[in-house]
Amino acid sequence: MVSNATLSTPQDVFDVERIRADFPILHQEIQGCRLAYLDNAASSQQPMAVIDAVSQYYQHDHANVHRGVHTLSHRATDAYEAAREKIRAYINAASTSEIVYTRGTTEAINLVAASLGQDVRAGDEILISHMEHHSNIVPWQLLCERTGATLRVAPINEQGELLTDEMIALMNKRTRIVALTHVSNALGTINPVELIIKAAHDHDIPVLIDGAQAMSHSIIDVQKLGCEFYAFSGHKMFGPTGIGVLYGREDWLERLPPWQGGGEMILSVSFDDTVYNRLPYKFEAGTPNIAGAIGLGAAIDYLQTIGMHNIATYESGLLEYLTDQLASVPDVRLIGTAEHKAGVQSFVIEGIHPHDLGTVLDHKGVAIRTGHHCAMPVMEFFGVPGTARASLAFYNNREDVDQLIDGISVATKMFA
Amino acid sequence: MNNIAKDLQAIYRERVLEHSRNPHNFGPLAAPDREALGFNPLCGDKLTVYLNLQDDVISGVTFEGIGCAISIASASMMTDALCGQSLTEADALINAVERMFTENAPIDNERLSEVMALEGVRSFPSRIKCATLAWTALAAALRGPATQVTTE
Repeated sequence: MVSNATLSTPQDVFDVERIRADFPILHQEIQGCRLAYLDNAASSQQPMAVIDAVSQYYQHDHANVHRGVHTLSHRATDAYEAAREKIRAYINAASTSEIVYTRGTTEAINLVAASLGQDVRAGDEILISHMEHHSNIVPWQLLCERTGATLRVAPINEQGELLTDEMIALMNKRTRIVALTHVSNALGTINPVELIIKAAHDHDIPVLIDGAQAMSHSIIDVQKLGCEFYAFSGHKMFGPTGIGVLYGREDWLERLPPWQGGGEMILSVSFDDTVYNRLPYKFEAGTPNIAGAIGLGAAIDYLQTIGMHNIATYESGLLEYLTDQLASVPDVRLIGTAEHKAGVQSFVIEGIHPHDLGTVLDHKGVAIRTGHHCAMPVMEFFGVPGTARASLAFYNNREDVDQLIDGISVATKMFA
Repeated sequence: MNNIAKDLQAIYRERVLEHSRNPHNFGPLAAPDREALGFNPLCGDKLTVYLNLQDDVISGVTFEGIGCAISIASASMMTDALCGQSLTEADALINAVERMFTENAPIDNERLSEVMALEGVRSFPSRIKCATLAWTALAAALRGPATQVTTE
């Protein structure tokens, strides 16, 4: 559930310039122009607090976790587990047993798809939506190939909104899981996940929510949502790359078998019998991304000092400005015009290929994503090979948007 | 033009833009002897190259599809350069263009003088596959009937 509550005392006034000072990467020139970083849906930037936390860890505390009796191993373990507790509290999970570290959202979804295999038989169904990222499509296709199950896809409309009635109508007693994105990476659509989760539960179907794009824009309360699984990535919420989280409700994680074997995930190993470790370690084979976890914990601390409510309010104003400015450019077609959206706007310009636009914008210092956004079925639905996508974070300002619009006018002059 | 646009002229030369706005030999052949689909999974661009062969000579070559200014211009220039060439000559041209983009090799073939307008693309590593898409498809079409190739 997206809530307006803040978890700690936020700054009273949202001062974007003060916030920008926390992000060193923003203060550089690209091709002689100030950088306007509008590719946050692909990866967000890190505040100094995160960079420092990772650096401090490597300078002072690094050792392997859960293994040594020496001081550094204790410190590393404490910092790594403290970050897990921060994540638990931040998403309001019932226990740290429910917070499984992964490499990112993709690995979290693959984990569930792999471990769920024991429950899936030929003739069963997996239900997703038409607006999923490839990482919430392909793991389920692999599961279907392994088991003979069928992938069912709920449709979307021309605004890029999920047709919820049709998705619910596709739920039946053969549906083994519903996997749905919280916020579409290509369209920015915020899905009514509470409604879908409730409907799925009426059919006794577990639900996985892909939260990769939601975490940077809103507060997530997994207990209020009630989903069985929630997956997200550190680097899309101002933390490091290579770290992510699978939240899994404890009863489900207990029931599912491990998906990778190795160190850490076992209690004892013999050639006759191996005993798996308790949760969450059962799903964490091998030496984990310790620094990444600590960095993600620092990112959560940072977000809490600003306050997600402040962030959401500021971003919604900036998104409106971005959308209005884009809509006023001749020959622009906005892709993704849902009523409820987070800070993403995809668009195409008549006569200008997105890649050409991306190259011209780069020469104006503007970083956007161009292409299919790992959502080829969405592109196919809108009848375009790709789009240009500007995606916002709370450190973006109107100057970034104006720079984008200026760059577009250079491109339209060139390609007209 | 302002300074930014001047920088961009290195990649988007006027000849390139002209070919992209009005590509030559655009559209299918009525009865192609060979065709191949080139696909760039990075951007989703798809170009199909059609060939007519008479003995060992390319008697007709066209293309169609969706692409950026670079890939369309390159395909357009390619059809101009290849028409009337023998298979051996075509191989040499394809090879020279590939080496131009991947090894910065100089071009000394007069038939490729127009393609030289694309040399600025070499400074944009993320765009080189746009320039080579049609050539990759052409090479596949020359190897055999009805194929699909990707730039990856």
